[in-house]
Amino acid sequence: MNKTNPGPRYLDLLRIKMPVGAVTSIAHRLSGVLLFFGIPVLIWLLDLSLRGPEGFARIQAMFDGSLVRLGSVLVIWALVHHLLAGIRFLLLDLHLGIGLQAARASALAVTVSAIVITLVYGVSLL
Amino acid sequence: MSAGSRGLGAWLVQRFSAVYLAFFVVYFAVSIAICKPGDFETWHHWIMTPAMNIAMSLFFIALAAHAWVGVRDVVIDYVHSTALRVGLLAIIGAALLACLLWAGRVLWVS
Repeated sequence: MNKTNPGPRYLDLLRIKMPVGAVTSIAHRLSGVLLFFGIPVLIWLLDLSLRGPEGFARIQAMFDGSLVRLGSVLVIWALVHHLLAGIRFLLLDLHLGIGLQAARASALAVTVSAIVITLVYGVSLL
Repeated sequence: MSAGSRGLGAWLVQRFSAVYLAFFVVYFAVSIAICKPGDFETWHHWIMTPAMNIAMSLFFIALAAHAWVGVRDVVIDYVHSTALRVGLLAIIGAALLACLLWAGRVLWVS
């Protein structure tokens, strides 16, 4: 394969077979990008909360709003999935759970746990 | 092959920062869940104790490093135009540095 003859390319994402590990992995990347955009928001909230009682109260008021609460559910999913999938990757680095069956089981466990924890958090807001 | 193009340095930074971030986030979440700082005084006092102030500063340093390696990987994977890729990485790098300095101000400058 070279520039004049690049070889076969099959990039139809809707038809490529996606094993569970692929879902966990792409969600790990997606959640990471989401969290990246959340960094300035995090610092802004910290800043506001530490300026004085008015800032602190303003944040409490913000989190009473439904839009902010919905946003927080998305952020919590991103954080939890990224953390759990990240721990799975670290363990895989140490060759723990590296067999195919174990890897598929841990991928499923991570993906499902993140959703469940997010749902529990979401329900706690109601 | 140069040390940078082997990717080992970035890989180590990403892994070690990840471990610290994981511990800090879990510690922080559990602390909030148990103590529930409901007013400014309690919250401010907790964050500004020397240990927490330093641990949180380390958190933001680790976060900037970790985010840089991660987002750089994403840009390298998907942005194939050299000019666009380099420009984007420069902007993202500057933004992360700015955020780090901002966090530093929040935690250290009254």
